[in-house]
This record gives sequence, structure tokens and C-alpha cells, in this order.
Amino acid sequence: MVKFPWIKKPAFWDSSLQGPAAERPHFDFRRMWYRAVFLMLCAALLPFLTLAWFDYRISRQHIENEIVLRADRLLSNTKRTTSYFLDERQAALQFIAQDNSFAQLDDDRRLTRLLNGLSGTIGGFVDLGLFNAEGRQIRYIGPYALKDLDYSQEPWFQSVLVSGSYISDVYLGFREEPHMVIAVRRETEDGSFFVLRATLSTAWFNQQLAHVTEGGFGDSFLINHEGVIQTSSVFYGEVLKRFPLEVPPYEEDTRVLMTQDQWDRPIIMGYSYIPHSPFILLVIGQQEELLRPWLNTRYAVVSFLLVSGLLIMLVIPGVATKLVSDIYRADQERIVALREAAQANKLASLGRMAAGVAHEINNPLAIINEKAGLLWDLLAAQLEAGASREKILGLIDSIHRAVERCAGITRRLLSFARPGEMRIQPVNLAEVIGEVLEFHTKEAEFRDIKVRVEVAADLPILASDRGKLQQIFHNLVSNAFAAMADGGHLHVTATRRDQDHLLITVTDDGHGIAEEDLKRIFEPFYTTKAKKGGTGLGLSVTYGLVQELHGQIRVESAVGIGTRFFITIPWQSTEAVENQGKQDANIAG
Amino acid sequence: MRILLVDDEEELVSALAERLTLRGLAVDWATSGAAALELARERKYDLALIDMKMPKISGIELKRKLEVINPELEFIFMSGHGSASVFEDGTDETGGASFCLLKPVEIEFLLGKIRTLRQRAGDKEKP
Repeated sequence: MVKFPWIKKPAFWDSSLQGPAAERPHFDFRRMWYRAVFLMLCAALLPFLTLAWFDYRISRQHIENEIVLRADRLLSNTKRTTSYFLDERQAALQFIAQDNSFAQLDDDRRLTRLLNGLSGTIGGFVDLGLFNAEGRQIRYIGPYALKDLDYSQEPWFQSVLVSGSYISDVYLGFREEPHMVIAVRRETEDGSFFVLRATLSTAWFNQQLAHVTEGGFGDSFLINHEGVIQTSSVFYGEVLKRFPLEVPPYEEDTRVLMTQDQWDRPIIMGYSYIPHSPFILLVIGQQEELLRPWLNTRYAVVSFLLVSGLLIMLVIPGVATKLVSDIYRADQERIVALREAAQANKLASLGRMAAGVAHEINNPLAIINEKAGLLWDLLAAQLEAGASREKILGLIDSIHRAVERCAGITRRLLSFARPGEMRIQPVNLAEVIGEVLEFHTKEAEFRDIKVRVEVAADLPILASDRGKLQQIFHNLVSNAFAAMADGGHLHVTATRRDQDHLLITVTDDGHGIAEEDLKRIFEPFYTTKAKKGGTGLGLSVTYGLVQELHGQIRVESAVGIGTRFFITIPWQSTEAVENQGKQDANIAG
Repeated sequence: MRILLVDDEEELVSALAERLTLRGLAVDWATSGAAALELARERKYDLALIDMKMPKISGIELKRKLEVINPELEFIFMSGHGSASVFEDGTDETGGASFCLLKPVEIEFLLGKIRTLRQRAGDKEKP
């Protein structure tokens, strides 16, 4: 366990569940603290964390959707402009081919005017060339020296022969520089044909695609259907290099997908096939970059979460410590109150006992009084010594006997060991029961209560606390006497229950205990005799005493029939004996 | 003046009876309620001196039974059990007895009470 030397341990932390029953704490406070902290943390943090997690998931979903939507919009727009750019130039070239005969075009000045016209209006043209049916460039206006070159074997020428018009992808060609061309074929009246071709600047594309990059996406460029890069890319290679990722499959509409690039970085890739052209428009953004604003908010939220969580984790143990300490203090107060109440109960029963003893002692005192009085009377009357000698001696004997009776009562009272400290000694159970019952002999006689005691002959000498046993019996017998009507029956038995325990029963045929009271009779301060001066502690003290002797007490009762208490106690409590041994050792030391 | 003395302690009752006899009173004694009732049926007594607490028939019960036999009988109770109400004259606890004395009983005090009762009886007879 982690130790915090600067944190003072609360008082309850090391409270033990040992000790006499009445002075034992009601709860395992450390466990209570752990449980309280665990439950409170769960209750506080679980919803908190769940909410945070859901918020994370939902807001992430939301931001991703937004990015996809933005990519989609950018793609659509760029696709439309690109497509329009190509269509427009193709249409312009088509128009020139239709509007001019081969002879008209076969003229450098006219071609130059046409190229200037195109560049000055719709723009994007680099050069213009005229090809005869054999594939030879018979006229060329532009920056390169391409006149009279034979293109008959070039793939674009083959293609334009077949389909009438052609848009090329970017390639090197004779000029050894990346470029793209548009070509149109026109049939002449003599059944032959010529081809008009224009080279387009890729600068326009780069300019268009730069807008997309400005829109927040890191990279946007064109590739052809074979996966060759057509316009320069920031991360994925130069023009005419191979695109490192797989060419996305054909889709008529724009498509945005979450994937990973060649370095396994998560990316958002949007693409669109540009119709009537060999191009695929690609828009690629790093997820990390795109999600950054959202991530920044997330960091703020997570920081807040961490600080709150930390606060909760500090406050909850604090609160738990405070609460458990309060309960602990209340429990300590209860123990003190109980100890005081038990003391009060002891005093009360002592008072009752004193009253009984006073009554008992008054009888022999009355005898002494009368005998001494008579003695005085006789001596005062000055009767003949011979005649009264026997009588006088008899009277003195009577006085002695009465004094002996008083002494017996006081001895019995003194034998009632003072309860309190545990003192294990050899105890003869029959003797203890006898001593206790002697206190009730007179009452039994007056009230005609039959007391029967059956102690099994084979009971060995107990190693137990004599005082506590006396108190247990005294409490139970007093209760039985209080419950019984005159002429009742009290039955006390003690038998061997098993190898280690003996069973004592105290049975009366008194008014019995109602079922609702039966469950609570061992509770402190629970009394049905409040009006008769009951403190409600007799049985709770008895319960505590039995527990201190490591025994058990149980009760059965039926209203109107009677009550029986069962007490099981060990022959000897090893723990108690050990404690006694320790005490003796301490004294010796 | 004839007195009936009842107490379950024989040693007490015999000695007290003898002392009262020495003082010129006619005393009979019994150690149980049953024996006392028997005596009361045989003879007419003026005063019954009874212990409150006796087995089987208690002092109060005995008083009730003796009153049936002799309604004019006066009563003095004795008790070893000290409780405030016991000392009161003619309270509920003693069932209307004239006196209740706490044991051990001082003989001169008892004689004083007896004299008071005798005087009361004499006053009753005079008119």
C-alpha cells in the first residue's frame, strides 16, 4: 500500500474488534471507509467518465462527418471546374477545326492568330499544331521545335484516329517535359482528314488545386487511371511518379474515405473520376491536421476532466474520513455510555440486593434483640441463679446462633465477587448456582416458589470467571423471580453439552415474553419493566458477560407458559487463560 | 388484655412472648397463619401482633381472616423490610392496622403502643 507520511491516520483506522462485547465497536470502520470511498468514487466518477466518453465519441463523429462533407464539397467543385476547363478547350479546338479548312490552317500566320486568340480569351494553351493523315506535324506554333516530326506511332494519334477527339494524360513526349494535349480530327471533303492538336499548360491545374489546399486539406492533385501522378503533390511524389497508394476504384460521384497512407498515418482521402478524361482528382488530408481544432478543445476538456477527477478523488476520501470519524466517535460515545449505564445497572442491582440483605439481617437481629432483652429481664428480676442458669445459657446460645446467621449473610454477600476485571480461576458451577440461589431463598419461601437445581454429577471444575458467572445467574434468576407469580417453578440445570462446552438452562413458568419483545431483549435499554424501575440493561449486560466468557446465550419463551434461557460456555477459554497468564506475568515482572 | 403473637421465627416469637408475659400481659404465640387462626377460634383476643412477611399466609391475609373471626380485634404489624409506607399509621399496605413496627422491636416502644390501644379500647367502653 502507498504510504503518505504527511497524512495523519484517523483514529478509527486501527480500531480493533477485540475486547469485551459491550466495549467492542459495532463496525469494522476501516472496511466501512473503503466501502464508502469505493461507492462514492463509482457514483461520482462513472457517470462523469461515461459522459466524457460519449461526448468524445459523438463530437469526434461529428467533426469527422464535417470534414468528409467539406472534402466532398471541395471535390465536387474542383471536379466541375476541371471538367469544364477541359470541355471548354476541347470545344474551342473542335470549333477551329470545323470552321477552318485544311488549306486555311496550313498557314503559320493564321495558326499564330488562332493560338493568340485562344490564349487571349479562354487561355491555358501552350502551342497549336496541324497534322496530316500520315501523322506528320506539318505546322507547329509554339515554343518547341516540333515541326515535321512524325507522330503516326504515338498512342494519342492512334487514339484520335479512332475516336475523333482526344484528351491525353500528362506525359513527356518529344519535348521531354510533362505536358498534356487535346486533339481533334476533322474529315476533309476529299475523304482524307487532318488533326488539330493543342498543348495545355498544367499550371492551370496547379493553380486550381492550390485553392483546395487552401481549404484546409494538405494535398490535392490529379493522377491518371494507371496511378501516375499528373500534377505535383506535396507528400506523394513528383509528376509522372507512381502514386504510392492503390488507385481507388471507379465511382461516378465523389467519394471520401478514411484510410492510411504508405507511412501508416491516418488520412482522409477524397477522390473523383473526372468524366471524359484520364484524370482522377485526389484530395488527401492528415487526420491529425484536420482534427487539430477539435483535438485542442478535447485537450481542454480532458484537462478539466483530470482536474475535476483529481478533486473528486481528494474530496471523497476526505468526506468519507470525516463521516466515518463521526460514526466512530458516536460509537465510542455509545461504548462509554454503555459502560456508564452498565455501572449504573450494577449499582441498582446492588441497591436491590442491599434491601434484601437488610431484611434478611433484620430477622436474626430481632431474635438477638428479644433474647438479650429477655436475658436482661430475667437478670433484672433477680430470680434464683440455680433455677435460671440453664435458661440464661440457652438465651446466650440463641444470641450466638442469631449472630452466626448474620455472619453467614454478610459472608455470602462478600463472596459475591466484585465484577469487572476478568479473573480466571477454578469454579465449581454447583457452588456458584447455590450461592446465587441462596439470595432468593427467603423470597422463594415467602412466595412459595419451588426452585429445582439439577447439576450433572460428572461436571468437572470450570476454568472461568466466578464473578461473571455469579452475575449471569443472578440476573437470570432475578428476572425469573420477577416474571413468576407466587407458587411458580424455577428450574436450573447444568449438563455437559460436548467435549468443550457445558449447557446451562434457567427455566421459569412466569408470564413469558411477547414475540416482538423476544427479538430485542438483549438490546441495551430495551425494557418492558420501565414503570417498575427496570433499566433495560440486565439482559444486555448478561449477554455481554456470556460473550466475554466466549459463550452463547439464547432464549425461548411463550406468553403465559414461561421462559427458558440456554447458555453455552466453554470449560475454559484458552484466550482468557492466556490473558490471565499475561497479567500474572506482568505483575511478576 | 389478651395478645396473639404470630411470627414464623420461633426463637423470636417465643422470647418476645415471654418478655411480654413478664410484663403482666397474657400472650399466646403461633409460628404460622394456620396455627394463629386456630388459636383465634378457641379464644377471644384483644390484640394481634403479626409479622408482615410469612410463608403461605402473609400478615395482611392473616389480618383479613382474623377480622372475620373477631371484628373487634386490634392489630400491630412487625416487619423486617424497611419501606416508608410501612411505618405509616393505617395505610393501605397494612390493610388498616393500628401500627407497624420495624424489626428489631424496642420492647418499651411496643408496650407504649399496646398501652395506647388499651386506652383507646377503654375509652370506647366507657360511654
